[in-house]
Amino acid sequence: MKWETVIGLETHVQLSTRSKIFSGASTAFGAPPNTQACAVDIALPGVLPVLNRGAVERAIRFGLAVGAEVRRRSVFARKNYFYPDLPKGYQISQFEAPIVQGGALRIVLADGAERAVRLTRAHLEEDAGKSLHEDFHGMSGIDLNRAGTPLLEIVSEPDMRSAAEAVAYARALHALVRWIDICDGNMQEGSFRCDANVSVRPRGAAALGTRCEIKNLNSFRFLERAIEYEARRQIAIIEDGGRIELETRLYDPDRDETRSMRTKEEAHDYRYFPEPDLLPLEVSEAWLAEVAASLPELPVARRERYVRDLGLPAQDAATLTASRETADYFEAVVAGLAEAEPGGERPAQAKAAANWVAGELAGALNRTGVEIGASPVAARALARLIARIRDDTISGKIAKEVFDAMWAGEAGGENAADAIIERRGLRQITDAGALERIIEEIVAANPAQVAEYRSGKEKAFNYFVGQAMKATKSKGNPAQVAEILKRKLAG
Amino acid sequence: MSLTLSEVMRIAALARIAVTPQEAEAVQAQLNGIFGLLEKINAVDTSGVEPMYHARDVTLRLRDDEVTEPDRRAAFQAVAPQVEAGLYLVPKVIE
Repeated sequence: MKWETVIGLETHVQLSTRSKIFSGASTAFGAPPNTQACAVDIALPGVLPVLNRGAVERAIRFGLAVGAEVRRRSVFARKNYFYPDLPKGYQISQFEAPIVQGGALRIVLADGAERAVRLTRAHLEEDAGKSLHEDFHGMSGIDLNRAGTPLLEIVSEPDMRSAAEAVAYARALHALVRWIDICDGNMQEGSFRCDANVSVRPRGAAALGTRCEIKNLNSFRFLERAIEYEARRQIAIIEDGGRIELETRLYDPDRDETRSMRTKEEAHDYRYFPEPDLLPLEVSEAWLAEVAASLPELPVARRERYVRDLGLPAQDAATLTASRETADYFEAVVAGLAEAEPGGERPAQAKAAANWVAGELAGALNRTGVEIGASPVAARALARLIARIRDDTISGKIAKEVFDAMWAGEAGGENAADAIIERRGLRQITDAGALERIIEEIVAANPAQVAEYRSGKEKAFNYFVGQAMKATKSKGNPAQVAEILKRKLAG
Repeated sequence: MSLTLSEVMRIAALARIAVTPQEAEAVQAQLNGIFGLLEKINAVDTSGVEPMYHARDVTLRLRDDEVTEPDRRAAFQAVAPQVEAGLYLVPKVIE
């Protein structure tokens, strides 16, 4: 039987406020235990929550960015359960009337195809503290610094059909929350955490299978592997005549498997009820309009602009809009290139800029772990380098050498490329006479290869290209070299 | 609507309240008394009435996103049963 995997994601996005959602304690990461846990966070008797405007504003930003309904009036609720890192005995969350309802996230798949993943809702809630189960004489240690940190829980519809789609969704969401400045996106520090609801069904079936929720997916790679493992596990059980139990499972990256979290019976009865300590949250039209006006151009809009105005392929446009910093850098390169060659064709300039930003530059940033905002090669300097390839001063191959030198700081400023080309003598040989002489010598010195080529072995041609490049120290203009070689070898 | 004895035990377990079987019967009678009141409320025709989320018809006031709380760990932990390395210690919650 052919099986289909159905995936929905719940993502906890830590909102980038300075203070907590219901108290004035700091949310800064990495403070000594319990030094940022005030009376409200540790639930001393008599304290009351006061909602942080900054947390609400970030939720509104998200709602507007995904085209959702931002509720004019939303309500907080208590989610009841007992655990030592939740000192009140309940988490303040939203249940019946979340602040954000609906909306969709548009994702681009590996083949460039675009899809919309529908969102169910996004609601505000507080994070719990941390339990440390290590060595405290058989006891657990509780750090409540994280308790009360604002979270936006974003719930998708079960619209994804493969681990790859789920990863594309998670990446798009990660990019968006950073883009609109509501979350720092730091996955190591837990600022962006995914749970996946996974089920399988025979392909073509209308009804959904029983799902399992997988927790502890703190990287895109784990998300992908956990879903793949879980789908295989469920298919194997059903094919053996078994049934899937609705349960919560934990992904273990060391063993690359999911396993059942032993949850006590009835653990999932949270007995939600409206939070009596908080009045309904009202969002006025004026506030909504103010937040809407403060939003930057969104990734989807930029992506479409790159395809429409710059003629970029969809996949390139998606790569370049992975972060606002990357998109801004790319646009600065395009602007620099337009300035360097005013008469140039814009789509060709844009494509060259895209190739360099997503290729050589991204590679160097990855290798060195440098953020694009701190790139040692500035956008305008890269534009000048690309201009030198396009005006045939250097070949693409030599340009990589120049780029490496620029990266290493051999020359600075906007004209770093020109300085390095001159200093190293990398200017391409485009003098046809000079190239012809060099190639004639090579042809004369290699009669055996000439005979081979003339007998129909096309591969021998590459040998001559190699020799010509060697003789010109890679400075021969590749197109010219090929043209002259063809002529000379034809005999 | 009335609660069965096993529902009473379940609610007690969820609320972490130890209830003996003898006590459970008394609690069951009390809770069912409350349900009697709820049934009266339920009997009212509320069609067309907008749900009320809070008894007071005012909306939430918000605070600005500013850090206003100083570190008072020493004072808080002075009254905690057991602390170590800045952590509150509790009976182990994981096997």
